[in-house]
Amino acid sequence: MPNPDTGSDKVLLEVRDFSLRFRGLPSDQINHVNFSVSPGKTLCVVGESGCGKSVTSLAMMGLLPAGAATIRSGEMIFEGQKLDLADHRAMRKLRGSRMTMIFQEPMTSLNPAFRIGDQIAEAVLAHSDASKSEAEDKALAILKRVGIPAPEKRMRDYPHQLSGGMRQRVMIAMALVNDPALLIADEPTTALDVTIQAQILELIRDLQAETDMGTIMITHDLGVVAEIADTVAVMYAGTIVETGPAERIFNDPQHPYTIGLMSSIPQLSGPRGLLATVPGMVPTTQNMPEGCRFATRCPFAQPVCAKEPPLAPLEGGHAVACHFAPLETHLEQSA
Amino acid sequence: MSDHILKARALKKHFKTGGGMLAASGTVKAVDGVSFDVRRGETFAIVGESGCGKSTLARLLMRLLTPTEGDVQFDGADVRSLAGRDLTALRRDMQFIFQDPFSSLNPRMSVGKLVGEPLETHFPKMSAADRRGKVAELLAKVGLRPEHAERYPHEFSGGQRQRIGIARALASAPKLVIGDEPVSALDVSVQAQVINLLSDLRDELGLTLVIIAHDLAVIRHMSDRVAVMYLGQIVEQGDVDTVYNHPRHPYTRALLSAIPVAAHGARTPQTALEGEMPSPANPPSGCRFHTRCPYAKERCASEPPALREADAGNGHIAACHYFEEIAAATPDIGLADVPERAPGAAARFALYEDAMRDRTTLRPRQDQQ
Repeated sequence: MPNPDTGSDKVLLEVRDFSLRFRGLPSDQINHVNFSVSPGKTLCVVGESGCGKSVTSLAMMGLLPAGAATIRSGEMIFEGQKLDLADHRAMRKLRGSRMTMIFQEPMTSLNPAFRIGDQIAEAVLAHSDASKSEAEDKALAILKRVGIPAPEKRMRDYPHQLSGGMRQRVMIAMALVNDPALLIADEPTTALDVTIQAQILELIRDLQAETDMGTIMITHDLGVVAEIADTVAVMYAGTIVETGPAERIFNDPQHPYTIGLMSSIPQLSGPRGLLATVPGMVPTTQNMPEGCRFATRCPFAQPVCAKEPPLAPLEGGHAVACHFAPLETHLEQSA
Repeated sequence: MSDHILKARALKKHFKTGGGMLAASGTVKAVDGVSFDVRRGETFAIVGESGCGKSTLARLLMRLLTPTEGDVQFDGADVRSLAGRDLTALRRDMQFIFQDPFSSLNPRMSVGKLVGEPLETHFPKMSAADRRGKVAELLAKVGLRPEHAERYPHEFSGGQRQRIGIARALASAPKLVIGDEPVSALDVSVQAQVINLLSDLRDELGLTLVIIAHDLAVIRHMSDRVAVMYLGQIVEQGDVDTVYNHPRHPYTRALLSAIPVAAHGARTPQTALEGEMPSPANPPSGCRFHTRCPYAKERCASEPPALREADAGNGHIAACHYFEEIAAATPDIGLADVPERAPGAAARFALYEDAMRDRTTLRPRQDQQ
């Protein structure tokens, strides 16, 4: 797949034809997924619970428990190096140094029994020959950079002494202390209040501009996507149904699911009243429909949708997986 | 004037903390002097960030907590003094929808039992057969099928469980339903289904709704009037359109501008708020917002502002010494209209909306046909 971000031809990470199945289930949880990220750019993977966005990121980090899931196909090229997603040892080397991850709930991702300064220093020590005091200096510097007030004092605090927003800053500090090339952020602001969310998004944007780090942001919130994304991949039931530059996705969405999702969002301006919805719910892996996985909820579904639509390229790096795109030319009679 | 179903007067709830061997004791002023009236048949929203006291307030209204000071009147009766049979009657007329549809339903009870339980409590004379019929009717009303009565909560998705919670709340034929973050645990597409369902039910059953939420966009779609809370107090209140189009309190303005808009290039010029909400155990002096307010002056640190009328007549009030000046300096907080989409995309959205209207599978009534 061509890199959808037309602005840059450098690619930091590329995932090709990735499929994954959980043990004992009849269909693939992740279904032939392709995407790429450029240095200094943000790819947002957007979708609802159960669409496979978190599983994809965990697989990239090599964090899925061996035996629970089988990688059915796929390869990952990171900084020019081809990696086997199933090779846990190779992944462990990258994880925490070149490629790091932050999670939704900072309270459960920090160890409650250790001071935060020590936890950050540990991340340094795990990946370099630095001495303990060098590691502590690095920890202090990074805490300062993520905007923790009085970092010398905060180094000695335990996670429970910090607020949710501060904890997420500590998580970001820990993720960035080894200067990673890629940051994977899984719903980093979902548990935070809007005013704190705005602060954290700004922090991620600033740090990214400083370091040229690529970011994969996993979120369910199209508002966050609009704030931070350069490119977007819309996922539904383990498939990327639409992908492209953020501007194209918001201004010219093509897939019925993307349109349904955007129609369901309550807006701060414009008409009030009944919202359009996406009827029904995501099918379970046991009942995954053949062909287009969105067909069971799609208001436009036709018999042909029993065949899987390819992710077909449109102009400008935009691609959509729907037999009827663009809808307005193919579906006039059924309206 | 309008008919008020619920009145809160100078409500306070203070919690004692610590005081054990190791910790110094303190008082958390979760709700600190809140007054408002809810009109019969309207949807009244209370919005604020975590820790502002909105959930404590909801529990005070239901008398799940007893206020430290102040009182609540429901339909003319003082909620505080109710006991015994009168309290049961209050519980019948005023129902609650909880945020988390996963922990608020007993996993060992079938849906039929869950929805039938309030019927047993409040209408003990109803026969078992009548009750089954009523449960089926309630399930249909919230868009579930009668055969779902035989199933257990774990067999349902989050959105469906929230529908079960709603059916359960409606079983006793309440006059007022309080929803504490009723849609915030749900995915966007499902959230829209539940928002639509609640507003349909309100119109159909003549309910009054009090919605507690942190999401301003959700509130705008669901409510007639809104009260904004900060650190245990209401800082602004008024009609939804007035408050959203002409916010007066700096906190409301910041809250509105912090919401990311799901449209490319529609980023709002943010009134960035520094820092975080202070602890309600030790609120700042004067105006409680002054520590984070970009417009704060000396007077704000010493003198607490009272709620006062902002725009003539329509009940829009805000608690800020300087809101006229602030509004005159920056009249518009710049909530951008959603920018125009490509022409083809507009046609696509229209197609989608038409298709949704024709199917309307989500409306409870049509579900049966």
